Amino acid sequence: MTAPLPVRRSRLAPALTYLSLVAASLVVLVPLAVVFLTSLKTSREVAEGGALSPPENWLNFANYATAFTDGKMLSAFGNTAFILLFSITGTVLIGSMTAYAVDRFDFRAKRPVMALFLVATLVPGVTTQVATFQVVNGFGLFNSLWAPVLLYMGTDIVSVYVFLQFIRGIPVSLDEAARLDGANALTVYWRIILPLLKPAVATVVIIKGITVYNDFYIPFLYMPSEELGTISTALFRFKGPFGAHWEHISAGTILVIVPTLVVFLFLQRYIYNGFARGATK
Amino acid sequence: MTETTDTAAPAKVPRRTAAPPRGGPRRPAPPRGTLLRRLTPWLFLAAPLALLITFTYVPVGNMVYYSFTDWDGVSPDRSLTGFDNYVQIATRPELFRVFFVSLYYLAASAVQIVIALYFATVLSWNLRFRNLFKGILFFPYLVNGVAIGFVFLYFFQDGGTLDSILAWFGTGSDRAWLGDPASANTSLAGVSVWRFTGLNFVLFLGAIQSIPAELYEAAELDGATRWQQFRHIIAPGIRPVVGLSVILAISGSLSVFEIPYIMTGGATGTTTFVIQTVKLAFQFNKTGLASAAAVVLLLIILLVTWIQRRITPDERVDLV
Repeated sequence: MTAPLPVRRSRLAPALTYLSLVAASLVVLVPLAVVFLTSLKTSREVAEGGALSPPENWLNFANYATAFTDGKMLSAFGNTAFILLFSITGTVLIGSMTAYAVDRFDFRAKRPVMALFLVATLVPGVTTQVATFQVVNGFGLFNSLWAPVLLYMGTDIVSVYVFLQFIRGIPVSLDEAARLDGANALTVYWRIILPLLKPAVATVVIIKGITVYNDFYIPFLYMPSEELGTISTALFRFKGPFGAHWEHISAGTILVIVPTLVVFLFLQRYIYNGFARGATK
Repeated sequence: MTETTDTAAPAKVPRRTAAPPRGGPRRPAPPRGTLLRRLTPWLFLAAPLALLITFTYVPVGNMVYYSFTDWDGVSPDRSLTGFDNYVQIATRPELFRVFFVSLYYLAASAVQIVIALYFATVLSWNLRFRNLFKGILFFPYLVNGVAIGFVFLYFFQDGGTLDSILAWFGTGSDRAWLGDPASANTSLAGVSVWRFTGLNFVLFLGAIQSIPAELYEAAELDGATRWQQFRHIIAPGIRPVVGLSVILAISGSLSVFEIPYIMTGGATGTTTFVIQTVKLAFQFNKTGLASAAAVVLLLIILLVTWIQRRITPDERVDLV
């Protein structure tokens, strides 16, 4: 992001501007803060007190323990980590290989291949699941962790574009120098292109990571069995057994939000740029 | 998804048009058999293409085929029924009604774009706590959808966050926010505004900040007001991004699934097109009908995209 623009002085405008910013911040934060308060209350407090009242004991983490064990959150985090690891690695390799092949080689089918990737961007994944389900089922992958991994890997066109944009900025002379030293295409890709693509890899890892961590639809459709819960589906199951136990539901909700918050605080800049780059392609 | 992706198709990468020094093919690799050399790109493309075809093109093809059958998704036999499924979608009002729910989300998207535009403009100026506000506004976009669903279930429930806040202001309301269709859909669309404004905001902010600063300086010297600056510098400069956001808004409004499914399960008239399709396919085993519905949705989204490209060809607005 570039430097902020010079500020202009007038009297009333700044006050109103800040007022609108504070109002918007409250709209964002209050619903989240209330859920955090609720997660620290006992069930008696939830039943008797108002939603906005503070908890009696600010260090009452009992609900977190309950949510974590009864909500099977540990295995949910484990499953999500597994899916994240494999689908992100896969996406990075698939996307960078595609970009390398398309950008560094001349072959006759180049345009049709690019067209295939382009047209696929127009097909929203939401619409095709009815039929995708049959394909996944045909491979015998229904109710396995590999179904989401493959789907996340195989339907990510955005990352292909991020890599393509970036690889164009890497001078071909580097490839050529390596070729003269006797390196083959695979070595050039692995030793030269991939390391130089680091910033693009970071962008893809962030976008993909957040998308996969938050996705509900695919795990919900393809992994209904309880031990295969991801954080989204495990949290969704709080609706049943915990009924109206808002203190437990809130604790589970906060458990899911905290990792996102931590990642966001550490990687803010990259996240903004990543999403801006990913969306506008 | 803008036109730029077309024009930037790698088929014409300008820096490659210069003839390579040796005048031969660009690859200086020692010729180790032309066959191997011609196969090299395909070795890299094999896995990506296999995945792309398996998980995008095969499903789309199958979906179109299923949509002309009465298949239940399980049984080995299915019979072709022609356009019967499509006729049902067009004539059975209960299948058709879900499109009206999208209007709530479409209205929400309009609100979202306006809010995002306002805050992006405001925060492109030098303000105190600029980064803090930016972070707060963007954060909801990163939060897990199920978590958002629960946060707002508590927000809207009787005696929940919203009722308590209203009680503070002395307007104690005793209404079930998710109790009747109009109010429930408005509430859910409101959640969608809360969730997605941040993305639009960051996109707009990025576009505004890529406008050269000297334009503003020149405008300042000419005594342009803030409004005039917005009107003549910012607005034209971010038109492409706004166009993209409109497309995303329309296709997003048609394919809403998560928030209503998590919060109400589609009860009280909040069923969206995708919730209905999922239920048809996976609860009622009407794969044929669900496929036809999905094909209709896909066609609408393609049509919208095409119209948008007709209306706003991606003109790079040259201000300088």
